[in-house]
This record gives sequence, structure tokens and C-alpha cells, in this order.
Amino acid sequence: MPIEWKESTHKVAGTNLRVMEAGSSSPTVILHHDIGTLDKLPFYEAMAVNSHVIIPTHPGWGLTSERPEWMRSIRDIAAMYRMHLAEQGVTKANLIGLGFGGWIAAEMMTMAPADTGKVVLVGAMGMQPKDAYILDMAIVGYLDYARAFFHDEAKFTDVYGEPDGDMLEGFDICREMSFRTAWKPYMFSQTLPNLLQSATNETLVVWGDDDKVVPAECADLFCAALPNARKEVVAGCGHAVDMEKPDELAALASAFLNA
Amino acid sequence: MDLLYFTEQPMSAYDEEAGRDFGATALMFSNKHFDPKEGSRLYNEFIEQYKLAEEVGIDGIMLNEHHNAPFCMQAKANIFASILAAVTEKMKIVMLGNPLPLSENPVRLAEELAMIDMISKGRLVSGIVRGGGQEQLAAGVNPAYNRERFEEAHEILTRAWTEEGPIRHEGKHYQNRVINPWAVPLQKPYPRIWVPGVISKETIVWAAKQRYPYVALNTSIEETKKIWEFYDSIAEEVGYTAGPENRGYLIQTHISDTEEKAEQNARQFRWMQGEFTGLAHPVWSTPSGYSSPSNRRAFVEFSAGLRQNPRGRTTFEQQVADKRIIFGTPDQVVAKLKIILEQTRPGILSLWGNDGKVSQEDSLTCIRLMGEEVFPAIREIAKELDLKSPDEANAPVHLKYSTDLRKPAVAAE
Repeated sequence: MPIEWKESTHKVAGTNLRVMEAGSSSPTVILHHDIGTLDKLPFYEAMAVNSHVIIPTHPGWGLTSERPEWMRSIRDIAAMYRMHLAEQGVTKANLIGLGFGGWIAAEMMTMAPADTGKVVLVGAMGMQPKDAYILDMAIVGYLDYARAFFHDEAKFTDVYGEPDGDMLEGFDICREMSFRTAWKPYMFSQTLPNLLQSATNETLVVWGDDDKVVPAECADLFCAALPNARKEVVAGCGHAVDMEKPDELAALASAFLNA
Repeated sequence: MDLLYFTEQPMSAYDEEAGRDFGATALMFSNKHFDPKEGSRLYNEFIEQYKLAEEVGIDGIMLNEHHNAPFCMQAKANIFASILAAVTEKMKIVMLGNPLPLSENPVRLAEELAMIDMISKGRLVSGIVRGGGQEQLAAGVNPAYNRERFEEAHEILTRAWTEEGPIRHEGKHYQNRVINPWAVPLQKPYPRIWVPGVISKETIVWAAKQRYPYVALNTSIEETKKIWEFYDSIAEEVGYTAGPENRGYLIQTHISDTEEKAEQNARQFRWMQGEFTGLAHPVWSTPSGYSSPSNRRAFVEFSAGLRQNPRGRTTFEQQVADKRIIFGTPDQVVAKLKIILEQTRPGILSLWGNDGKVSQEDSLTCIRLMGEEVFPAIREIAKELDLKSPDEANAPVHLKYSTDLRKPAVAAE
């Protein structure tokens, strides 16, 4: 049976927040990458089979998303999502954070651990690697950055199609929002490692074995900081595990969330 | 009319082949290609050029700064301004300008500029710019807040110069709880501010609203006229009539004893592979957030190979035909500049005299001919055309000091 998606807009913190939802039973918030997201992806469909999937568009990310001029940090986004869930009466939602969205998920955990279910962090940003750097989007092209999300860069075109002006402008707008919220320090928090030590939620840390965006050591840093985390590595996969190996990620996440 | 000499201070001794191989001569092009021995020689040659400029009667030196690139060796224009304050006596020191958004503390900038103004005995023109796209990255400054930082830093700068301290500023990007610099400018209310630019509409609007002169950087005659038309329309909205005192023009002009030699040296204006600022990388030169998404789109598409370079590429011959590059003997140059002056009517004219690998000897010849033969003739033309500089026109330093507004001055945004 095809998944039915519902689109809605909610006023949160004075900003219009767009949300896509599908499925029922346990609420699971999926937080997308810094390059924005397509509305429908096989991973989202797979997760909606067994959960009530809630996918907000980060405010300002994408061609049509209203820009919140006031927003200055990842914690602002996390707080907004917390308020949205509270207003909707959604409690103890699971969180799945993809790359940049993983950082938002981690911040959300630290804000309300008792009101968070289980957490899946996939190639998550937010931690400062010690031996390498998080890939700096500011110095690479829009397509080069998005293609770097994949172990097999040809998969980029399979997912996104051939590049056109709208796709590129969308990437540019997402990049501007990433700059507005995560410019300095670039793509990590200096306080998150400490805060995470008291986030006791069960956490699954998933990393592609060829993540060219966030160094693999960050998986271990998350596992070291979080009291209740374990790691899974997906073989032959880059940063965007959700887009490159959607079935494997869905299987890992579903087994973990439903255990 | 203010008549100025400008050079980008080219790092002509860099390895061009390496730049071509790398595919860009900016931001990430390694500084291993910078030779400090050559740098030392060149810096001192530029000082020699500026001293000669004063000797031969040029009104001022225009200074600028750029980062991480061979096309311009000045990494801090205030350093050369300080040197000129001490080694020259009469010339205007024209900063075009300090990239305000790159400053993490505009109060310190206010102090530096005030010192330069006092040491030079009031010869400073304190131009300001947003800085190029790649400059933001070179300084680690967020391009998405470039314009906000520019406007906020300008507010701090002018408040620090004009208000009795201690004062306080708590803004979006800058928080200075104690502003009380014990160095304030000699010129009152503050040194003139000029704003250079290529064509950014937002900057033209901003400059016109402040009543700051806008200096068009090597734009074509037609583009320049459009800029003035736009500036003038904003001025009318604000309540004043703009004139030559609101208009500056920078143009690449090489002067020599013979036309042949002048042409040979003028070709050096294209020494950075024919590009204004060298081989650019569209992602670095127009970073996300630096301008509006619709303005950026053409560059974004260009960066992905979906369209041609929006800046276009013109040949040397075309640039000469468009009078964007001028060369010749003094008489030839005066004749060409006269057409530009008649058509665009600026009150400030800056000649970008030497670039690339033009020898020091030829650079000095160009400056001598500029000061002794070209500028005296231009001064006469300017008188005939009634092209007054901001000082000659006794123009207010800022809109708020105007006494001729047709309606009450609104606070400039």
C-alpha cells in the first residue's frame, strides 16, 4: 500500500515551519541534511511503514522555505523543534538525525532527555574531530559538495536527477542557512560533548565506511560522550547513508527503534 | 576635481604557471608562491611611486586591500596609509577602502584611522567597502552577514568619531560596552567617506542615502551613466540633488612617451589572465549569503558549468574600444579622458596607472607624465565642465550634515 504523506505548516517561534508526515504508531522525527532534502526518499517511505514519521524542513532551507532572519544557531533550530513537538502533543519522539540533522537531534536530546525516545545519529555533525576536519562546504562547489555525500558519486544523479538551475539555487540557499547557523565554529559545538554525557537515551550511531564529509572518528566521539550508545558501520557507503543505502539504514533503524 | 593615482600593488613576481595549473589565483592558491624577498622589493618600489606622485603634483593616492591573492599585495591598507601620512606632506590619502565586515572590532579601526588622520594633518579620506567574497573566507567572516556587518560597523565607526565618549553599542554583530577612543579624527565632523563599487545596486542605494560619493571601479561609460542615474534617483528621493561631487571614477590608464610603449604596458592591465582580480573561482568570489539568492544564481549556475561566466570575458581590444583601458602619450590620454569626463561628469578621477609586470622605470614615467602633463590639462577641462570635488563643492560629509535638503532628513537606513 502506498504511503500517504500529509503536508502542513505550523507557526513556531514566529516562523512558519513546514512539516511532512506519514504513518502511525511511535512518533519518529527525521532531521535532514545541510543540503536540504527531497520530499520523498525511499528511506522516508521505509520508516513510515512502522512509525509516525515527522519530517520538518529546517526553516529557511530550500527554494520556498521562509527564512527565519533571527535564527543564529543549531540550538535555535533544536529549540524550535522541541516547541513544535510540545505544541502538537507529541511526547517521547524518537529522533533520526542525518548528518547536519544529527547535530540538531543531539542538541534536542540534551534539551529534554526525558522527553526523547531513542536516537539514531547518522554521520552526524556537531563533534569536533581531532585528527581531521569536517569538509568545508564554503570552498567546494555546490554539486561537488552534494556528490561528496556519496561513496559512489554516480548515485547522486540517481537520487537527484540531472542538475538544473533550481536545484543549484536550492543548494545555495541551504548553504546560506548553514552559514547563518553553523559558521563558527564550523559544524561543531564546543559544549555538546559535555552535555551529551547526561543524555542517557539509547542511541545508535551509524556511519558510512567512506564518509568524506564528517570524519569517522566523530562516530567514536559520539559513542564516548553518550552513556548509552553503540555504533554500526555501513560498508560501501558515504555520508548520506539514508540516500545511498536506504534499505540498510531503514533495517538498522527499525530494528533498533522497535527492539 | 580630485585627481588620484592608483595601483593594485601587484605581486608581479609570483609564479603565473602555478596559478594557471591550479586553476585559480585566489583564496586557496598557496602562499608558497609568494616570495618575501620580491615582496620587500616591490613594497619599497610602491613607496617610491607614491613619493614621486606627490612631487609631480598628483592630488592623492588611492589605496585598497585584498587577501590571499597575487593581484594585490596590500593586506592592510591602513599600513600604507600610515606610511603615506608620514612620508608625504600634501597628498590626500584615499582609502577605497577598509573592508568593514572583516573587522571584528570597528572601534579599533576607528582608532587607527583617527591616528592616520591626525598624523597626516587631516589628509585622510576614509573609504569603506564590503570586501570581496573570497575576503570573507580569508578572514573567517560569515558572508551571510556581510551587509549587516558593513552597516553596523559603519555606525560604530562614525559614532566613535563624533560622539563624546564613553558610549555604548549593543548590536546584532558587534557589542562594544565601552567606546571611548583616545584618538579621534582631526577632520570634523569626520574624514570624508567614499564608497567604491562595481555595480552592486544595494551599495549604490546605501551610498546615495548617506550622501557619500560613489566611486565606480572601471565600469564602461554606459554602465557608469546608469549608476549615476540610479544614484541620482535615490538622492532625489532623499531630498538632495546629486552632482559631480557625488561621483568618482577609476579607470585603467597607462601613459608613456610613445603610443607603442604605452600600449605594450597597458596590456599588463590584463596580466591576471585577463581577469580583473585574477583567475576567480565562482564559489569563493560569490559565497552563499554574500548577496541575494537571485543575484547569486547566475554565478551558482556558472560554478556548476550550466552557463557562461556572468561577468563575461572581453578582449583587450574591446576594452580599449569601450574606453575601459586607456593608453597613449599625454595628449592622446587627455583627449580620451575628456570624452569620459564629458559623458560621466565625475568630481573624483582616479587613474589606475600601472599593473602587472610594468617595470619600475616605466611606472615612474607614467606617474611623472600623469602629474606633470595629464592632470594639469584635466584640471582645466574639469573647470570648463564645472566638475567639482566634494571639498570644492563644500559637500556635507554625510546626509545628516546637509543644509539643503528639500524635506527633513530621514535617518539613513
